[in-house]
Amino acid sequence: MTGETHGLDRILARHPFFDGMPEGYRVLIQGCAANAVVKAGDYVYREGEPADRFYLIREGRVALEVYVPGRKPIVVDTLGSNELMNWSWLLPPYRCHFDARALELTRLITLDAVCLRAKMDEDPVLGYAVYKRFAPVVAARLAAARRQLTDMYGAPGS
Amino acid sequence: MRMAPADAATAAARPMPEPRQETAPAARTPDLMAPRPFTVERVTRDVSDTFTLELRPLEGPPLAFQPGQFTMLYLFGVGEVAISVSGDPDRPERLVQTIRAVGPVTRAMTALKPGAVVGVRGPFGRPWPCAEIEGRDVVVVAGGVGLAPLRPAILHVLARRGQYGKVALLCGARTPKDILFRRDLRRWGGRLDTSVAVTVDRASAGWHGQVGVVTKLIGHAPFDPEEAAALVCGPEIMIRYTVQALNDRGVSLDRIYVSMERNMKCAVGFCGHCQFGGSFVCRDGPVFRFDRIADRFAVREL
Amino acid sequence: MRTHTSQAADRPAAAVIGDDGLDALIRALTEAGRRVLAPTEHAGAITIGDINGLADLPRGRGDVQAPGRYRLTETEDAGWFAHGPTAEGWKRFLYPPEECVWRAEAKGASWREEPTTTDDADSADTLALLGVRACDLAAVAVLDRVLGPEGAADPRYRARRERAVIVAVDCARPGGTCFCASMGTGPGAGDRYDLRLTPLADDPGSRFLVRAGSAAGADLLARLPARPADDAALAAAEATLNAAGQAMGRAMPADAEARLKRNLEHPRWNETAERCLTCGNCTSVCPTCFCSEVEDRSSLDGRRAERWRLWDSCFSVRFSYLHGGSVRESGAARYRQWITHKLAWWHDQFGTSGCVGCGRCITWCPVGIDITEEVAALPATAAAVPA
Repeated sequence: MTGETHGLDRILARHPFFDGMPEGYRVLIQGCAANAVVKAGDYVYREGEPADRFYLIREGRVALEVYVPGRKPIVVDTLGSNELMNWSWLLPPYRCHFDARALELTRLITLDAVCLRAKMDEDPVLGYAVYKRFAPVVAARLAAARRQLTDMYGAPGS
Repeated sequence: MRMAPADAATAAARPMPEPRQETAPAARTPDLMAPRPFTVERVTRDVSDTFTLELRPLEGPPLAFQPGQFTMLYLFGVGEVAISVSGDPDRPERLVQTIRAVGPVTRAMTALKPGAVVGVRGPFGRPWPCAEIEGRDVVVVAGGVGLAPLRPAILHVLARRGQYGKVALLCGARTPKDILFRRDLRRWGGRLDTSVAVTVDRASAGWHGQVGVVTKLIGHAPFDPEEAAALVCGPEIMIRYTVQALNDRGVSLDRIYVSMERNMKCAVGFCGHCQFGGSFVCRDGPVFRFDRIADRFAVREL
Repeated sequence: MRTHTSQAADRPAAAVIGDDGLDALIRALTEAGRRVLAPTEHAGAITIGDINGLADLPRGRGDVQAPGRYRLTETEDAGWFAHGPTAEGWKRFLYPPEECVWRAEAKGASWREEPTTTDDADSADTLALLGVRACDLAAVAVLDRVLGPEGAADPRYRARRERAVIVAVDCARPGGTCFCASMGTGPGAGDRYDLRLTPLADDPGSRFLVRAGSAAGADLLARLPARPADDAALAAAEATLNAAGQAMGRAMPADAEARLKRNLEHPRWNETAERCLTCGNCTSVCPTCFCSEVEDRSSLDGRRAERWRLWDSCFSVRFSYLHGGSVRESGAARYRQWITHKLAWWHDQFGTSGCVGCGRCITWCPVGIDITEEVAALPATAAAVPA
């Protein structure tokens, strides 16, 4: 167990999410972290579930899907190594927006959002440090989603 | 026939005596506007609206070309369009051209069968700088049918793999069924010395590949931004986002090459249609080093 | 093009001709089997047409030209060549508005090429261009760069151009919209003429100093009734040009190229677009606008096909069409394309301005947009780029 925490420690310290974050905060956040492995085809979470965790993908690939009755789910995005997943934990009502399904064997670090939210409420400087790391991710996903909407490869004039 | 009324008869009837000038009249120069007949040897349907023709000249030598060049492809009596050469530059015996059916001429070309004859003018334009970028990592970013003019460059690089650093090929397509040259992508992806990533804008759960805009692939692709040269082709908005993403990762604009598209009519720099600022895209492009056009690229409706 | 050796230009130095010399010149050109083109009066304007003799040349006809305005005037004593720039230039004769560039008949799965009427240089009109103004001569030099051996080498243009004899006539009085002096293209003809006529200041309509610019020109000159030019005649010719240069009512800012390149985004474009009708008149009267459409045609039975080159204009929306839409949709973008191409990009493409200062685009613009005023309206730049 200690060995595993140690490993996690090392992995988290290297993750870009913690770049420039004060040591104390990193240790604090690590206190909410755990390793997880998801098999190909399994769900990490589903749309509408409480967003009480977020994830750092260590290895593997996860599809964000929208379930459509009577059809195959629509994949709106795929996430891979080193990416953050499930920013819904940051904003009320703290519900997952999509189904997250592993496309291959995927190793994740899960972070307990409930625990972290409480700590952020107590310490706004920590809260700001975390928001500052999530805001660019949210913005980049929004920009990417809007670019997808342009249908740039679509038949011209259609 | 919409033949002009006042053509042959009137002009030819005018008696034209002498005066011989000191310069002998130009002998019949081979006209740059005259198409050369090629036989269709093979037609491959690539994706729903895109197909590839393999052509062989009716007579005369094969059409040598450089990666990134295009030809003007003519359907007898119907019209002419600019089409990228998508074949292997080391094997020019067959002229390979990939066509997306989007206008009257290209749609009419979908009916072509082996044995049919099409006209070819060219090849035209400045190529990808395959020799100049030897020694560098190579990032190829293709959007949709933009992979077609990049295919000769990829084949050129892979045939001389030792001359280049890391090679990364990043492809974006609309949906999984719009992915061009799947067999090539599988083959190139199977090489241990080449990284291939494909992403689509939309997919359903049957697709196990990546979903998202092509620019997403740039952050993770294995290449050294300080060393890499990038070759980019796709719709203009895709080029815009891609250049930005490459530059964000550290690829300087003078190592980014893009292939531009404009209305090509004469292909030899005098009809004026393809002008892009001071350049004729047909003659000074279609491949441009991005830093040289960056100012213009940002101006709308130029 | 034909070689213009300094030897040839120096040989018979200069002579003075009057009406009889002009008459003999037209005769000599006609008798040589040339199609003689010159300014003629047609439909209320002076424009280029065929002439058979001196009587076909307008005499005592001047014009009033202003933005969006053109009117002929009568001045009995004005003599020959009293008019400003002709309504259209010489472009249509060297580079016709419509031309078949390829023709074929279906044969099996392929086709067999057939000659077009202009394929063979021998069948091309052998032209004499009489009365070419300095600006229009400069325009021919520009077209030589675009379509001649220095450019895209259009064999048809080349054949006509190589065989044409050019008789330039300098301007004694600029037209109302002229600005050639500021473009460095006039009022005196530069090179590329065979003969150059300069009206003498004391009698500009009927006495001309004649200089040869080529061997062919010198041969012609030797056959004309003329008297040698004395110092007084040379001075009178010089006086004509000085007066004409000074009488010019407008000027192109010297930094036009830099101004345009640095102001591709400027509110002026939208302001001008509110007046501009995007009719393309300016492009058709411009003596250097060369843009063309390539049109493929076929017979109803599909057995015969032709390819035509047609004048086109960057003012049409379709001009920049790319499957799905046009690059330059707005009138502002199309006007900007025309003027920046003409005055700025042309330098990059052909090493010269595309504007020769003839003022036709100003005169024939239905709303009187003035190209010099448009450039002047943009912020001046420190570094003037010479035209």
